Amino acid sequence: MTATPAMSPQPPAATTATFQLDGREVPFNEGQTIIQAALAAGRYIPHLCYHPEFKPHGSCKLCTVKVNGRPAASCTLPAQAGLVVESDTEELNGLRRTLVQMLFAEGNHFCPSCEKSGNCTLQALGYDLGVMTAGFRHFFPDRPVDASHPDILLDFNRCILCELCVRASCEVDGKCVFALSGRGQTKHLVVNAASGRLADTDADLADKAMEVCPVGVIIKKRVGFAQPIGQRRYDARPISAQALEDAPRPGAGSPGCAACEEGG
Amino acid sequence: MSETRKLRVATTSLAGCFGCHMSLLDMDERLFQLLEHIEFDRSPLTDIKHCGPCDIGIVEGGICNAENVHVLREFRKNCKILIALGACAVTGGLPAQRNHLDLGACLQEVYLTEPGLSHGLIPNDPELPLPLDKVHPLHEVVKVDYFIPGCPPSGEAIWTFLTDLLAGRSPHLGHGLIKYD
Repeated sequence: MTATPAMSPQPPAATTATFQLDGREVPFNEGQTIIQAALAAGRYIPHLCYHPEFKPHGSCKLCTVKVNGRPAASCTLPAQAGLVVESDTEELNGLRRTLVQMLFAEGNHFCPSCEKSGNCTLQALGYDLGVMTAGFRHFFPDRPVDASHPDILLDFNRCILCELCVRASCEVDGKCVFALSGRGQTKHLVVNAASGRLADTDADLADKAMEVCPVGVIIKKRVGFAQPIGQRRYDARPISAQALEDAPRPGAGSPGCAACEEGG
Repeated sequence: MSETRKLRVATTSLAGCFGCHMSLLDMDERLFQLLEHIEFDRSPLTDIKHCGPCDIGIVEGGICNAENVHVLREFRKNCKILIALGACAVTGGLPAQRNHLDLGACLQEVYLTEPGLSHGLIPNDPELPLPLDKVHPLHEVVKVDYFIPGCPPSGEAIWTFLTDLLAGRSPHLGHGLIKYD
Protein backbone atom coordinates (compact mmCIF):
# COMPACT_ATOMS: atom_id res chain seq x y z
CA MET A 1 0.00 0.00 0.00
CA THR A 2 3.03 2.29 0.14
CA ALA A 3 5.13 3.73 -2.61
CA THR A 4 8.28 2.56 -0.91
CA PRO A 5 10.78 1.39 -3.50
CA ALA A 6 12.23 -2.09 -3.50
CA MET A 7 13.85 -3.00 -0.21
CA SER A 8 17.36 -1.80 0.32
CA PRO A 9 19.34 -2.36 3.53
CA GLN A 10 19.95 1.37 4.03
CA PRO A 11 17.46 3.86 2.65
CA PRO A 12 19.16 6.68 0.76
CA ALA A 13 19.49 10.08 2.41
CA ALA A 14 16.90 11.60 0.10
CA THR A 15 13.32 11.85 1.38
CA THR A 16 12.15 8.69 -0.31
CA ALA A 17 11.65 6.56 2.77
CA THR A 18 8.37 6.90 4.63
CA PHE A 19 6.58 5.62 7.70
CA GLN A 20 2.89 5.65 8.38
CA LEU A 21 1.42 8.10 10.93
CA ASP A 22 -2.28 7.64 11.69
CA GLY A 23 -2.75 6.02 8.29
CA ARG A 24 -0.91 8.64 6.22
CA GLU A 25 2.64 8.44 4.88
CA VAL A 26 5.31 10.70 6.39
CA PRO A 27 8.64 11.07 4.56
CA PHE A 28 11.83 11.26 6.61
CA ASN A 29 15.54 11.78 6.30
CA GLU A 30 18.04 9.36 7.75
CA GLY A 31 18.69 10.29 11.38
CA GLN A 32 15.40 12.07 12.00
CA THR A 33 13.29 10.99 14.94
CA ILE A 34 9.60 10.26 14.48
CA ILE A 35 8.53 13.59 15.96
CA GLN A 36 11.05 15.55 13.86
CA ALA A 37 9.83 13.95 10.66
CA ALA A 38 6.19 14.37 11.66
CA LEU A 39 6.52 18.07 12.56
CA ALA A 40 8.56 18.77 9.42
CA ALA A 41 5.76 17.19 7.40
CA GLY A 42 3.18 19.39 9.12
CA ARG A 43 1.84 16.67 11.39
CA TYR A 44 1.45 17.54 15.06
CA ILE A 45 2.31 15.18 17.91
CA PRO A 46 1.69 16.71 21.39
CA HIS A 47 4.95 17.25 23.26
CA LEU A 48 6.30 19.13 26.27
CA CYS A 49 10.01 18.45 26.97
CA TYR A 50 10.92 18.09 23.30
CA HIS A 51 12.34 21.27 21.75
CA PRO A 52 13.58 21.38 18.16
CA GLU A 53 16.82 23.12 19.15
CA PHE A 54 17.93 20.64 21.81
CA LYS A 55 18.84 17.01 22.18
CA PRO A 56 15.73 14.97 22.90
CA HIS A 57 15.20 14.20 26.56
CA GLY A 58 12.33 11.70 26.50
CA SER A 59 11.15 12.45 30.03
CA CYS A 60 7.68 13.99 29.80
CA LYS A 61 6.22 11.12 27.74
CA LEU A 62 3.56 13.41 26.25
CA CYS A 63 4.81 12.52 22.76
CA THR A 64 4.31 8.81 23.33
CA VAL A 65 2.96 7.08 20.23
CA LYS A 66 2.31 3.47 19.40
CA VAL A 67 4.87 2.07 17.01
CA ASN A 68 3.83 -1.23 15.48
CA GLY A 69 1.52 -1.57 18.47
CA ARG A 70 4.08 -0.78 21.17
CA PRO A 71 4.32 2.53 23.06
CA ALA A 72 7.45 4.61 22.45
CA ALA A 73 8.55 8.23 22.92
CA SER A 74 8.42 9.73 19.44
CA CYS A 75 11.09 12.31 20.33
CA THR A 76 13.77 9.67 20.88
CA LEU A 77 12.81 6.92 18.44
CA PRO A 78 14.58 7.15 15.07
CA ALA A 79 12.22 6.98 12.11
CA GLN A 80 12.44 3.81 10.05
CA ALA A 81 10.84 2.91 6.77
CA GLY A 82 7.59 1.04 7.04
CA LEU A 83 6.82 1.74 10.73
CA VAL A 84 3.13 1.94 11.55
CA VAL A 85 2.70 4.79 14.06
CA GLU A 86 -0.50 5.76 15.88
CA SER A 87 -0.71 9.11 17.65
CA ASP A 88 -4.06 10.89 17.44
CA THR A 89 -6.17 8.18 19.08
CA GLU A 90 -8.59 8.38 21.99
CA GLU A 91 -6.41 5.96 23.97
CA LEU A 92 -3.16 7.91 23.54
CA ASN A 93 -4.81 11.32 24.03
CA GLY A 94 -6.43 9.95 27.19
CA LEU A 95 -3.02 8.92 28.53
CA ARG A 96 -1.59 12.33 27.59
CA ARG A 97 -4.47 13.98 29.44
CA THR A 98 -3.63 11.97 32.56
CA LEU A 99 0.05 12.96 32.33
CA VAL A 100 -0.89 16.64 32.16
CA GLN A 101 -3.28 16.19 35.08
CA MET A 102 -0.54 14.63 37.19
CA LEU A 103 1.79 17.55 36.43
CA PHE A 104 -0.91 20.00 37.52
CA ALA A 105 -1.56 18.06 40.75
CA GLU A 106 2.13 17.73 41.57
CA GLY A 107 3.18 21.40 41.48
CA ASN A 108 1.53 24.64 42.55
CA HIS A 109 0.03 25.78 39.26
CA PHE A 110 -2.12 28.80 40.09
CA CYS A 111 -2.77 30.04 36.56
CA PRO A 112 -4.83 33.13 37.50
CA SER A 113 -1.86 34.72 39.26
CA CYS A 114 0.92 33.45 36.99
CA GLU A 115 2.63 35.89 34.63
CA LYS A 116 3.26 33.05 32.18
CA SER A 117 -0.46 32.39 31.77
CA GLY A 118 -1.47 32.55 28.12
CA ASN A 119 2.11 31.83 27.04
CA CYS A 120 2.49 28.57 28.96
CA THR A 121 3.04 25.28 27.14
CA LEU A 122 1.63 23.14 29.94
CA GLN A 123 -1.53 25.25 30.10
CA ALA A 124 -1.90 25.27 26.31
CA LEU A 125 -1.58 21.47 26.21
CA GLY A 126 -4.22 21.23 28.93
CA TYR A 127 -6.58 23.35 26.82
CA ASP A 128 -5.89 21.35 23.68
CA LEU A 129 -6.34 17.98 25.37
CA GLY A 130 -9.51 19.14 27.15
CA VAL A 131 -8.15 18.87 30.70
CA MET A 132 -10.93 20.29 32.89
CA THR A 133 -9.46 19.28 36.28
CA ALA A 134 -6.26 17.85 37.73
CA GLY A 135 -8.46 15.06 39.04
CA PHE A 136 -5.96 13.77 41.56
CA ARG A 137 -5.31 15.08 45.06
CA HIS A 138 -3.18 18.19 44.81
CA PHE A 139 0.21 17.91 46.51
CA PHE A 140 0.42 21.63 47.38
CA PRO A 141 4.19 21.28 47.90
CA ASP A 142 6.21 23.91 49.78
CA ARG A 143 8.68 25.35 47.29
CA PRO A 144 10.14 28.75 48.22
CA VAL A 145 10.92 31.10 45.32
CA ASP A 146 14.41 32.47 44.61
CA ALA A 147 14.25 36.22 44.00
CA SER A 148 17.94 36.81 44.74
CA HIS A 149 18.97 37.70 41.18
CA PRO A 150 18.44 41.36 40.23
CA ASP A 151 16.78 40.55 36.87
CA ILE A 152 15.43 37.02 37.17
CA LEU A 153 12.89 35.38 39.47
CA LEU A 154 12.81 31.60 39.94
CA ASP A 155 9.39 30.27 40.96
CA PHE A 156 9.99 26.56 41.57
CA ASN A 157 6.29 26.01 42.32
CA ARG A 158 5.64 25.65 38.59
CA CYS A 159 8.57 23.39 37.65
CA ILE A 160 7.70 20.28 35.61
CA LEU A 161 11.28 18.91 35.49
CA CYS A 162 11.55 19.04 31.68
CA GLU A 163 15.24 19.99 31.96
CA LEU A 164 15.01 22.46 29.08
CA CYS A 165 16.80 25.12 31.16
CA VAL A 166 19.37 22.51 32.23
CA ARG A 167 20.00 21.55 28.61
CA ALA A 168 20.10 25.14 27.36
CA SER A 169 22.45 26.29 30.10
CA CYS A 170 24.89 23.43 29.50
CA GLU A 171 24.60 22.89 25.74
CA VAL A 172 24.24 26.50 24.57
CA ASP A 173 25.35 28.87 27.33
CA GLY A 174 28.14 26.61 28.60
CA LYS A 175 27.32 27.68 32.17
CA CYS A 176 25.41 24.74 33.65
CA VAL A 177 23.51 27.04 36.00
CA PHE A 178 20.72 24.52 36.55
CA ALA A 179 20.49 20.84 37.45
CA LEU A 180 17.97 18.36 38.77
CA SER A 181 18.59 16.90 42.20
CA GLY A 182 16.94 14.12 44.20
CA ARG A 183 15.04 11.10 42.95
CA GLY A 184 11.42 10.15 42.40
CA GLN A 185 9.02 12.31 44.34
CA THR A 186 11.81 14.42 45.80
CA LYS A 187 13.33 15.32 42.43
CA HIS A 188 13.61 19.07 42.04
CA LEU A 189 15.37 21.83 40.15
CA VAL A 190 18.47 23.26 41.82
CA VAL A 191 20.86 26.12 41.09
CA ASN A 192 24.54 25.26 40.80
CA ALA A 193 25.99 27.55 43.45
CA ALA A 194 27.32 26.77 46.90
CA SER A 195 24.60 29.00 48.35
CA GLY A 196 21.95 27.54 46.01
CA ARG A 197 20.97 31.10 45.03
CA LEU A 198 20.72 32.29 41.45
CA ALA A 199 22.43 35.59 42.38
CA ASP A 200 25.61 33.63 43.09
CA THR A 201 25.85 32.17 39.57
CA ASP A 202 26.81 33.86 36.31
CA ALA A 203 23.24 33.53 35.01
CA ASP A 204 22.30 36.42 32.75
CA LEU A 205 19.09 37.60 31.12
CA ALA A 206 20.63 37.11 27.67
CA ASP A 207 21.23 33.38 28.32
CA LYS A 208 19.43 30.83 26.21
CA ALA A 209 18.36 29.14 29.45
CA MET A 210 16.29 32.20 30.37
CA GLU A 211 13.98 31.89 27.38
CA VAL A 212 13.23 28.17 27.13
CA CYS A 213 11.13 27.50 30.23
CA PRO A 214 7.79 26.12 28.96
CA VAL A 215 6.06 27.08 32.23
CA GLY A 216 6.48 30.01 34.61
CA VAL A 217 9.60 29.06 36.57
CA ILE A 218 12.17 31.40 34.99
CA ILE A 219 10.60 34.82 35.04
CA LYS A 220 12.05 38.09 33.82
CA LYS A 221 11.50 40.68 36.55
CA ARG A 222 9.53 43.89 36.00
CA VAL A 223 7.76 42.83 32.78
CA GLY A 224 5.01 40.61 34.18
CA PHE A 225 1.52 40.80 32.66
CA ALA A 226 2.77 43.14 29.91
CA GLN A 227 0.66 41.43 27.25
CA PRO A 228 -3.08 41.95 27.68
CA ILE A 229 -5.39 38.93 27.71
CA GLY A 230 -6.38 38.25 24.13
CA GLN A 231 -2.93 39.04 22.74
CA ARG A 232 -0.95 36.29 24.44
CA ARG A 233 0.56 33.44 22.50
CA TYR A 234 -2.15 30.82 22.94
CA ASP A 235 -5.16 33.14 23.17
CA ALA A 236 -5.91 33.14 19.46
CA ARG A 237 -4.83 29.70 18.30
CA PRO A 238 -4.29 26.39 20.08
CA ILE A 239 -0.81 24.96 20.55
CA SER A 240 -1.48 22.20 18.02
CA ALA A 241 -1.72 24.87 15.32
CA GLN A 242 1.39 26.75 16.45
CA ALA A 243 3.88 24.00 17.28
CA LEU A 244 4.27 23.25 13.58
CA GLU A 245 5.56 26.75 12.96
CA ASP A 246 8.50 26.17 15.33
CA ALA A 247 9.52 22.94 13.67
CA PRO A 248 12.54 23.11 11.39
CA ARG A 249 11.38 22.68 7.80
CA PRO A 250 13.39 21.74 4.76
CA GLY A 251 14.18 24.90 2.82
CA ALA A 252 13.04 27.28 5.56
CA GLY A 253 15.20 28.66 8.31
CA SER A 254 14.15 27.90 11.86
CA PRO A 255 12.47 30.92 13.39
CA GLY A 256 14.57 30.38 16.52
CA CYS A 257 13.22 30.37 19.98
CA ALA A 258 13.60 34.08 20.67
CA ALA A 259 10.61 34.51 18.37
CA CYS A 260 8.35 32.33 20.45
CA GLU A 261 9.04 33.85 23.86
CA GLU A 262 7.99 37.30 24.98
CA GLY A 263 7.10 38.15 21.38
CA GLY A 264 6.76 41.90 20.93
CA MET B 1 -34.72 20.52 25.43
CA SER B 2 -37.98 18.69 25.19
CA GLU B 3 -38.77 18.40 28.89
CA THR B 4 -41.85 20.15 30.09
CA ARG B 5 -40.65 20.12 33.68
CA LYS B 6 -38.11 22.79 34.45
CA LEU B 7 -34.81 21.52 35.83
CA ARG B 8 -34.11 22.66 39.38
CA VAL B 9 -30.70 24.27 39.80
CA ALA B 10 -28.98 25.21 43.06
CA THR B 11 -25.89 27.41 43.23
CA THR B 12 -23.58 28.52 46.00
CA SER B 13 -20.25 30.20 46.60
CA LEU B 14 -17.95 28.59 49.18
CA ALA B 15 -14.33 29.79 49.44
CA GLY B 16 -14.86 31.93 46.36
CA CYS B 17 -15.29 35.61 45.58
CA PHE B 18 -18.69 35.44 43.80
CA GLY B 19 -16.86 36.27 40.58
CA CYS B 20 -18.15 33.05 39.02
CA HIS B 21 -21.71 34.05 39.91
CA MET B 22 -21.04 37.43 38.31
CA SER B 23 -19.89 35.54 35.23
CA LEU B 24 -23.11 33.50 35.30
CA LEU B 25 -25.04 36.78 35.18
CA ASP B 26 -22.70 37.92 32.43
CA MET B 27 -24.59 35.77 29.92
CA ASP B 28 -26.98 38.75 29.92
CA GLU B 29 -30.29 38.37 28.08
CA ARG B 30 -29.63 34.69 27.48
CA LEU B 31 -30.54 34.26 31.14
CA PHE B 32 -34.18 34.58 30.02
CA GLN B 33 -33.69 31.73 27.56
CA LEU B 34 -32.05 29.71 30.31
CA LEU B 35 -34.94 30.43 32.68
CA GLU B 36 -37.34 28.81 30.21
CA HIS B 37 -35.62 25.52 31.04
CA ILE B 38 -34.44 25.90 34.62
CA GLU B 39 -35.61 27.28 37.94
CA PHE B 40 -33.43 28.16 40.90
CA ASP B 41 -33.49 26.40 44.25
CA ARG B 42 -30.94 27.46 46.90
CA SER B 43 -28.85 30.23 45.40
CA PRO B 44 -27.60 33.73 46.25
CA LEU B 45 -30.13 34.77 43.57
CA THR B 46 -33.12 33.38 45.52
CA ASP B 47 -31.79 33.65 49.08
CA ILE B 48 -33.18 30.16 49.82
CA LYS B 49 -31.00 28.92 52.70
CA HIS B 50 -31.01 25.15 52.14
CA CYS B 51 -31.35 23.17 48.97
CA GLY B 52 -33.98 20.56 48.32
CA PRO B 53 -33.81 17.83 45.68
CA CYS B 54 -32.24 19.35 42.56
CA ASP B 55 -31.17 18.27 39.10
CA ILE B 56 -28.04 20.38 38.92
CA GLY B 57 -25.85 21.88 41.65
CA ILE B 58 -23.31 24.54 40.71
CA VAL B 59 -20.62 25.23 43.29
CA GLU B 60 -18.18 28.12 43.14
CA GLY B 61 -15.14 28.28 45.43
CA GLY B 62 -13.05 25.69 47.22
CA ILE B 63 -13.30 24.26 50.72
CA CYS B 64 -11.59 26.37 53.40
CA ASN B 65 -13.72 25.89 56.53
CA ALA B 66 -16.11 23.51 58.29
CA GLU B 67 -19.23 25.24 56.96
CA ASN B 68 -18.00 24.81 53.37
CA VAL B 69 -17.85 21.05 53.99
CA HIS B 70 -21.44 20.96 55.31
CA VAL B 71 -22.80 23.01 52.40
CA LEU B 72 -20.92 20.95 49.82
CA ARG B 73 -22.24 17.70 51.31
CA GLU B 74 -25.78 19.13 51.29
CA PHE B 75 -25.35 19.91 47.60
CA ARG B 76 -23.94 16.47 46.80
CA LYS B 77 -26.79 14.79 48.68
CA ASN B 78 -29.49 16.76 46.89
CA CYS B 79 -28.14 17.30 43.38
CA LYS B 80 -28.14 14.65 40.67
CA ILE B 81 -25.37 16.45 38.83
CA LEU B 82 -22.71 18.46 40.66
CA ILE B 83 -20.62 21.01 38.77
CA ALA B 84 -17.42 22.62 40.10
CA LEU B 85 -17.46 26.15 38.69
CA GLY B 86 -14.24 28.13 38.42
CA ALA B 87 -10.59 27.87 39.39
CA CYS B 88 -11.14 27.76 43.18
CA ALA B 89 -13.72 24.95 43.01
CA VAL B 90 -11.54 23.03 40.54
CA THR B 91 -8.04 23.60 42.01
CA GLY B 92 -8.46 25.36 45.38
CA GLY B 93 -7.43 28.56 43.62
CA LEU B 94 -6.17 31.66 45.31
CA PRO B 95 -7.22 30.64 48.87
CA ALA B 96 -5.16 27.44 48.45
CA GLN B 97 -2.03 29.56 48.14
CA ARG B 98 -1.98 29.50 51.96
CA ASN B 99 -1.58 25.72 51.91
CA HIS B 100 2.18 25.74 52.37
CA LEU B 101 1.85 28.08 55.37
CA ASP B 102 0.99 27.22 58.95
CA LEU B 103 -2.61 28.27 59.63
CA GLY B 104 -1.85 29.47 63.17
CA ALA B 105 1.03 31.62 61.93
CA CYS B 106 -1.25 33.03 59.19
CA LEU B 107 -3.92 34.08 61.72
CA GLN B 108 -1.26 35.53 64.03
CA GLU B 109 0.19 37.64 61.27
CA VAL B 110 -3.12 38.86 59.87
CA TYR B 111 -4.86 39.66 63.17
CA LEU B 112 -2.07 40.34 65.66
CA THR B 113 1.35 41.26 64.35
CA GLU B 114 0.51 43.04 61.10
CA PRO B 115 0.93 46.85 61.44
CA GLY B 116 -2.36 48.64 62.02
CA LEU B 117 -3.94 45.85 64.04
CA SER B 118 -1.77 46.15 67.12
CA HIS B 119 -4.67 45.53 69.48
CA GLY B 120 -6.45 43.03 67.29
CA LEU B 121 -7.48 39.56 68.31
CA ILE B 122 -7.92 36.31 66.43
CA PRO B 123 -11.69 35.95 65.84
CA ASN B 124 -13.08 33.13 67.98
CA ASP B 125 -16.84 33.72 68.03
CA PRO B 126 -18.59 30.31 68.15
CA GLU B 127 -20.79 31.47 65.22
CA LEU B 128 -17.74 31.57 62.96
CA PRO B 129 -16.96 28.34 61.09
CA LEU B 130 -13.55 26.93 61.94
CA PRO B 131 -10.98 27.27 59.18
CA LEU B 132 -9.48 24.04 57.83
CA ASP B 133 -5.78 23.37 58.03
CA LYS B 134 -5.63 23.28 54.20
CA VAL B 135 -7.87 24.58 51.41
CA HIS B 136 -9.19 21.83 49.13
CA PRO B 137 -10.69 21.65 45.68
CA LEU B 138 -14.22 20.17 45.70
CA HIS B 139 -13.26 16.80 44.23
CA GLU B 140 -11.10 16.06 47.27
CA VAL B 141 -14.22 16.13 49.47
CA VAL B 142 -17.13 14.80 47.36
CA LYS B 143 -17.57 13.25 43.92
CA VAL B 144 -17.84 15.99 41.30
CA ASP B 145 -19.47 15.22 37.94
CA TYR B 146 -18.28 18.16 35.84
CA PHE B 147 -15.58 20.82 36.03
CA ILE B 148 -15.59 24.26 34.41
CA PRO B 149 -12.17 25.86 34.98
CA GLY B 150 -11.44 29.58 34.67
CA CYS B 151 -11.02 32.64 36.89
CA PRO B 152 -13.81 33.16 36.22
CA PRO B 153 -15.10 30.97 33.38
CA SER B 154 -16.67 33.34 30.84
CA GLY B 155 -20.44 33.76 30.62
CA GLU B 156 -20.10 32.22 27.17
CA ALA B 157 -18.40 29.13 28.63
CA ILE B 158 -21.07 28.70 31.31
CA TRP B 159 -23.83 29.17 28.72
CA THR B 160 -22.27 26.65 26.34
CA PHE B 161 -21.76 24.15 29.14
CA LEU B 162 -25.28 24.44 30.53
CA THR B 163 -27.04 24.39 27.17
CA ASP B 164 -25.07 21.28 26.18
CA LEU B 165 -26.07 19.65 29.44
CA LEU B 166 -29.74 20.67 29.12
CA ALA B 167 -29.85 19.31 25.59
CA GLY B 168 -28.49 15.97 26.76
CA ARG B 169 -25.12 16.35 25.04
CA SER B 170 -21.72 15.77 26.66
CA PRO B 171 -20.64 19.33 27.48
CA HIS B 172 -17.69 20.41 25.38
CA LEU B 173 -15.74 23.66 25.64
CA GLY B 174 -13.42 24.19 22.69
CA HIS B 175 -10.45 26.52 22.29
CA GLY B 176 -11.09 29.95 23.78
CA LEU B 177 -13.79 28.75 26.18
CA ILE B 178 -11.63 26.39 28.22
CA LYS B 179 -9.19 28.49 30.20
CA TYR B 180 -7.47 28.31 33.58
CA ASP B 181 -6.98 32.03 34.23
